[in-house]
Amino acid sequence: MANSLCYGEQGGADSGVEVGQETPTAGGAGFGLFSTDFKRRGTFSLWTGLLSGPADLQGRVRRHKSARAATKRCLSRLDRGRAQTCLAKRASLTPLDSSDTVCASCAVAKPAGFCTRRAAGEMSRSLSGLRSDALGVMRTARVSAENLQLALRSDLSLEERALNDPRSYRGPEETRNEGNEDLKEMLESSKESLKLEAMKRVVGLIAKGKNASELFPAVVKNVANKNLELKKLVYVYLVRYAEEQQDLALLSISTFQRALKDPNQLIRASALRVLSSIRVPIIVPIMMLAIKEAASDLSPYVRKTAAHAIQKLYSLDADQKDHLIEVIEKLLKDKSTLVAGSVVMAFEEVCPDRIDLIHRNYRKLCNLLMDVEEWGQVVIISMLTRYARTQFISPWKEDGVFENSEKAFYESDEEKRKSAEETKPYAMDPDHRLLLRSTKPLLQSRNTAVVMSVAQLYWHLAPKHEVNIITKSLVRLLRSHREVQYIVLQNIATMSIQRKGMFEPFMKSFYVRSTDATHIKTLKLEILTNLANEANISTVLREFQTYVKSQDKAFAAATIQAIGRCATNISEITDTCLNGLVLLLSNRDETVVAESVVVIRKLLQTQPSEHSDIIKHMAKLFDNITVPMARASILWLIGEYCEHVPKIAPDVLRKMAKTFHNEEDIVKLQTVSLAAKLYLTNSKQTKLLTQYILNLGKYDQNYDIRDRTRFIRQLIVPSERGGALSKYARRILLAPKPAPVLQSAFKDRDRFQLGTLSHTLNSKATGYLELSDWPPMAPDQSVRNVEVAEAMKEWSPAVGKAKSSKSDDKFYSDSGEEEEEEDEQAADSGSDEESSSEASSSEAESGNSETSEDSSQSEKSSDSGTGVKKTTTQKNKKLQQVKKPRKVSDSDEGPKNGHSCEAGSRSGSGSGSSEESSSEASESDSQSSSDSDSGTEQKKQSEAKPAQKVEEKPKKEVSLLDLDDFSPAAVTMTKSSILSPSVLSDLHGLSLAASSPAIQLLCLIGHVFSWQGKLVSVCDRVCVCQQLSSPVFVPVRTYELLHRMTGKGLAAQYHFSRQPCIYDDRMISVQLTFSNNGDHTLENIHISEKTSAGQNIHCFSPVECLEPEKSVTVSVGVDFNDSTQAASFQLCTKAEGFNVSIQPAVGELLLPVTMSEQDFSKEQGKLQGMNESSATIAMTPESIASQPLHRKVVNMANVGVVPSGQNNVHRFAAKLVSSGALVLVCVVQKDSGAQLTVNTEKTIIGSMLLRELQTVLSAP
Amino acid sequence: PTAVKMIHSLFLVNATGDIFLEKHWKSAVSRSVCDYFFEAQERATEPENVPPVIPTPHHYLISVFRHRIFFVAVIQSEVPPLFVIEFLHRVVDTFQDYFGVCTEAAIKDNVVVVYELLEEMLDNGFPLATESNILKELIKPPTILRTVVNTITGSTNVGEQLPTGQLSVVPWRRTGVKYTNNEAYFDVVEEIDAIIDKSGSTVTAEIQGVIDACVKLTGMPDLTLSFMNPRLLDDVSFHPCVRFKRWEAERILSFIPPDGNFRLLSYHVSSQNLVAIPVYVKHNITFREGSSQGRFDLTLGPKQTMGKVVESVLVSSRLPRVVLNANLSPSQGTYTFDPVTKLLTWDVGKINPQKLPSLKGSMSLQAGASKPDENPTINIQFKIPQMAVSGLKVNRLDMYGEKYKPFKGIKYMTMAGKFQVRT
Repeated sequence: MANSLCYGEQGGADSGVEVGQETPTAGGAGFGLFSTDFKRRGTFSLWTGLLSGPADLQGRVRRHKSARAATKRCLSRLDRGRAQTCLAKRASLTPLDSSDTVCASCAVAKPAGFCTRRAAGEMSRSLSGLRSDALGVMRTARVSAENLQLALRSDLSLEERALNDPRSYRGPEETRNEGNEDLKEMLESSKESLKLEAMKRVVGLIAKGKNASELFPAVVKNVANKNLELKKLVYVYLVRYAEEQQDLALLSISTFQRALKDPNQLIRASALRVLSSIRVPIIVPIMMLAIKEAASDLSPYVRKTAAHAIQKLYSLDADQKDHLIEVIEKLLKDKSTLVAGSVVMAFEEVCPDRIDLIHRNYRKLCNLLMDVEEWGQVVIISMLTRYARTQFISPWKEDGVFENSEKAFYESDEEKRKSAEETKPYAMDPDHRLLLRSTKPLLQSRNTAVVMSVAQLYWHLAPKHEVNIITKSLVRLLRSHREVQYIVLQNIATMSIQRKGMFEPFMKSFYVRSTDATHIKTLKLEILTNLANEANISTVLREFQTYVKSQDKAFAAATIQAIGRCATNISEITDTCLNGLVLLLSNRDETVVAESVVVIRKLLQTQPSEHSDIIKHMAKLFDNITVPMARASILWLIGEYCEHVPKIAPDVLRKMAKTFHNEEDIVKLQTVSLAAKLYLTNSKQTKLLTQYILNLGKYDQNYDIRDRTRFIRQLIVPSERGGALSKYARRILLAPKPAPVLQSAFKDRDRFQLGTLSHTLNSKATGYLELSDWPPMAPDQSVRNVEVAEAMKEWSPAVGKAKSSKSDDKFYSDSGEEEEEEDEQAADSGSDEESSSEASSSEAESGNSETSEDSSQSEKSSDSGTGVKKTTTQKNKKLQQVKKPRKVSDSDEGPKNGHSCEAGSRSGSGSGSSEESSSEASESDSQSSSDSDSGTEQKKQSEAKPAQKVEEKPKKEVSLLDLDDFSPAAVTMTKSSILSPSVLSDLHGLSLAASSPAIQLLCLIGHVFSWQGKLVSVCDRVCVCQQLSSPVFVPVRTYELLHRMTGKGLAAQYHFSRQPCIYDDRMISVQLTFSNNGDHTLENIHISEKTSAGQNIHCFSPVECLEPEKSVTVSVGVDFNDSTQAASFQLCTKAEGFNVSIQPAVGELLLPVTMSEQDFSKEQGKLQGMNESSATIAMTPESIASQPLHRKVVNMANVGVVPSGQNNVHRFAAKLVSSGALVLVCVVQKDSGAQLTVNTEKTIIGSMLLRELQTVLSAP
Repeated sequence: PTAVKMIHSLFLVNATGDIFLEKHWKSAVSRSVCDYFFEAQERATEPENVPPVIPTPHHYLISVFRHRIFFVAVIQSEVPPLFVIEFLHRVVDTFQDYFGVCTEAAIKDNVVVVYELLEEMLDNGFPLATESNILKELIKPPTILRTVVNTITGSTNVGEQLPTGQLSVVPWRRTGVKYTNNEAYFDVVEEIDAIIDKSGSTVTAEIQGVIDACVKLTGMPDLTLSFMNPRLLDDVSFHPCVRFKRWEAERILSFIPPDGNFRLLSYHVSSQNLVAIPVYVKHNITFREGSSQGRFDLTLGPKQTMGKVVESVLVSSRLPRVVLNANLSPSQGTYTFDPVTKLLTWDVGKINPQKLPSLKGSMSLQAGASKPDENPTINIQFKIPQMAVSGLKVNRLDMYGEKYKPFKGIKYMTMAGKFQVRT
């Protein structure tokens, strides 16, 4: 450690060893040296003891003047340690008067320093090693002092100057920059603008890569400056040079420690950023502490910074791993989308193998993904890819079976279990499906890295027939920058080998342009070759013909190779290709010819007998071909197939004998081979020629050729000795040779995960994490369940049995469950029992945005809240037998779960009721016949050790996620007459529609619910599937649609029925009452013409006739698109038409939603910022007295009352009919007024509602 | 020994191979690491041919080349290469946004702002803030006025509060935006990528479109943009502000826009659709064997332009190496021929259907050299204002959430993308 502090100048191989030895002591010193002199001495002697006297160390210390100087200082400090400590203590007690202290300590320091300098000089001759250690101790001591927030700063810098010549400080090799003197002056001046100017110039130096390190003392003094820009530039400087000047850098630490407590989150965050970027090992404990604190900061931005700091600390000191993992675990539970990406990044870097940490956050991460910032998305997706490959079973095994997977989802539990055992038919884990579904929309991202990461996820995880959806997006990326093209093409090249069909329709997108860069051209060629098949080969070849003529000869050669590959892959065109290639032999360009010959040779090798004429042709061209490689190839061909060209071969050999001495080596070698082969097959004609050539070869300058010649001679011409082999000469030389395989360079690149650097390089990059193979058996699925200590209902064993009968039956029973569940929810929310803790938690959450983000406090309290609520639920329900014992255990459990970590995990990923019921479901399944005690037991276990599998794990979990896959059919199940036709289509879009992913789970159970006792299916398109509650009864307010005077007897009025519209769930139902005030019967009253654009009106069926003095009420559905724009249309009778319009009040655009107080707070937490509008209302005593507050609100707007624990807080929830966006209203009553808050995604509606509510509430 | 992921350092290298800026996010990496890059730079004949990913013994260099500057990122371990590439392009875009141009001079002049930006954009090598609207709240773009004011008052370019966008659900938009003239402009720009073969028939043609917006609206406007024929759009990618589900369901773009310029949407009109090719080329480029002269004859004409004018036409072609010089006469516009790079460019201007522009003359060839195998490819650039070649039409633009009436403008434009004619 001491060595690593040596001004960044050391760095031999030996230092590692020393650091290894010393670290434990140094660590001890770091902590131990806080206060007493005794301890310092103790540690000092320990250090001395550790000295094994390495000569090189001593030498190095001697070399370092700076180190020596520092040692002196250190020794002096040690000598008067006590005095210093006293001073220090005094300083810490009276921090106000630091300058006095500094002076005092300097006074002590100087004389002491002088004495010890002499002493140290003597010692240096004998014990220079000791000094370096002492130096370390000194530094440690100094840090300790900093920890105590001592005012030693200026003291040290004074000392620094007193004892060190600044010139020798950096060592001779560090030449000082011209003009740095005046920069120093400027930095030390009192003028802010001069300082800033100087810092700007310093940053300029850094940017140019010039050394500005000697300004460190001058710069670091400005670290506490008030000017933010100056401060930032100082930070930039610090981060750059702190590593080199560690002890000076320590001077700034206390400033950052102070800033970590700043009320401004930006300042807190940037302090942490810089603190963690200063790579000074000695401050590791301080960093650790800061990270831990920041991880529970109220501001998600600071927590994000903490996640980044984790990686920095880890790379500085890997020993902190265990502590850091704790922080990662905590941050993984964070609900903020801002944190998610960064903490997963930290996870990937620190502990990528701790998959167990992901389990319980898996669903949350999937659901949050859409809202995470784009860079975080990339990291999360690639992590989840690895995760999925370890946790789910392969969807590829029986692709054929999987085609019917839809059906498989509906299979009964029993069957599923069986299927798991027999490994067929395959049913995808719902969590696996969730991942695929939540990543799919990201293919539309503008960020190419995100698109690529989704593409690789689908490639590695999706069933084969689903991978095709990534094609278009990848092709789209080809329009992007050259570098993006390069990477994407590489990945497509790998994909197109395995799956031609994916990219074949887009073949033209891979046509080469003359302006493409070389590497792009080559990749496109590769892909075109991969895509070629019988059907498109003619097009491909035509395109290749253009490329062969390219001016870029390397590219032309590559094209010829590509043609060769096409020819071998597609047997139908082999001849065509060969002929084409033969034509190329007369090309003027050598590279083209050479490449053609080589490719032809390879092609002929596959089927030589049919192509003797081509060989003949090549032999004829031989004289004109000059490229050695091509000549060699032809010779080899002729030799190999000399039996097919018995006449030509000897002639070629004859020619070669003539030109032998002028040929290239490679050609000579092949000539020798040709001669040998001919000698064996046709010795009559070629004996003399062969001898001649062998003689020539024997005296060749190249020893390879001489060797080859000698070998061949021994082999083919039997002599007295060594003739043993010649028997086999024929078998050796004329052995059938395997044809070369022409294959893609991307053939085996898929061993690397797509989209990775390793894939691009086709070699394993540092830090590459292997993608594991699918596990043969599905790992426990329940590990991903998130326990929420909230009971809603139990799945009775009876139901479980019923389910196992037939798929259809299961289906219905399932829905039955749903209904029950809803009922219970209703009962639950309607209950009056509330706990004070719950109330306080929601108050805290709604109070301000930061608090609601806060993990520890509010989560804890909300958890205790759920605990109570659960009890309540238990009381309300008297349905199932399993409950009674559970209730007891639950209430027992409350305090045990008290510590925040546990609580965080639960509500952290619990997204309301669906999660609850999911865990519920799994539990009840496992328990089905056993008593509930074991259930609780199990739960506790799994909480204590999340990584461990629980003993009694559920055989088959009935996760609610399954239901999501049921969803399309879930609609058909609720075949009530009033089912809207659009529901089905809406449901299909559901999976993608989740913008606020945490709610997505909610929607899974929300498809079906009861409303006013009737079974109504209303699917919420935007996934806010809270239970619709029945509207509170309010006096009907009617509006006039058509006056009887204008209507010539026909009068029409309308009112909002405040009920879900039966035509379309996005419409608002409006009741129209027609009355005939005239004297004759009106016939055929109907809506003829919808004048307003954009609004959809579902008309009533025409009223045939309306007698005078009679009236009739019809209902229409209007989709107002969540705006208060009037819907205009023409109301017609048989005789006449009237233009009328329905003007909706903003309060009528809503449908009430039932939710618990917690859910309310949770949702409200998500709708902060611009989605929140609030106002303060002054309320007169009359207005308070006149009517209960909630009455007023409910009269004005169609909202549902959220039961509240506090008398002065009223909450209302609703959703917009058309978009389904949540609208949350909260009124906090105070003595003389009220604070009114409206939260909704639709900001306009929010502000309008706020205004209207303001009026209503302040009215008497 | 832990490998640190993501971007370690950044070097900016100009075309002559000088490092003119370096920034390290972790410990400093010696600039000698760039030697591997320079090697590759030398090996590549064109700067475009430098491979984007270069492995070195201890690091990996990932670079992008834009505005004649290489942005070389130093990576230590496995990272998705596109992640780095995309980020580097984002850096370039940001510089361009801040300084108007992204040249070596502009970067050197604004080195402090550059440093401040890079510091905010990456933390420990991981992207922190890349949204232009957020960055502009943290670090104000330099203007002459502000520079003067700052020198006098000593105020700073650095924001003191965490940009509201960082925490809000609309991170791309600043809050508290105010304009006296509220205006929103949308440019529908379509580019035709095409390869035309010798005979004039289309080998491949595709339309790539973007909608670039310049929105200067007060407050928090919520816009919806609908199309007459949204089905034309085959594959789209959105700015994060666009509500995806709304598009999925209704084919309507609904969004709270960022402040200022941004790309709302890019789309692809499927290659299955027939693409109207707006220009044709008549060419006769011949090299005769044994002759030292070659003939060059090029005529351009409009085709399927729906009566719109084709303008800003620029023809370029890289002639074979044997061409020593070209002696041509254009009927309009000017031409240049670079004997070193063999690049012929002809700035045509507008195409007048009555009098078609042509470029005719002879090329002098290297004596004794054989005739080139292939005729040169002709690249054409053009613009056709007031037309979207795919026929895409914006139906309406509505604003909610704010009371005032904004001025709305939609402009269409068709351009040549990679438009090549093989001769």
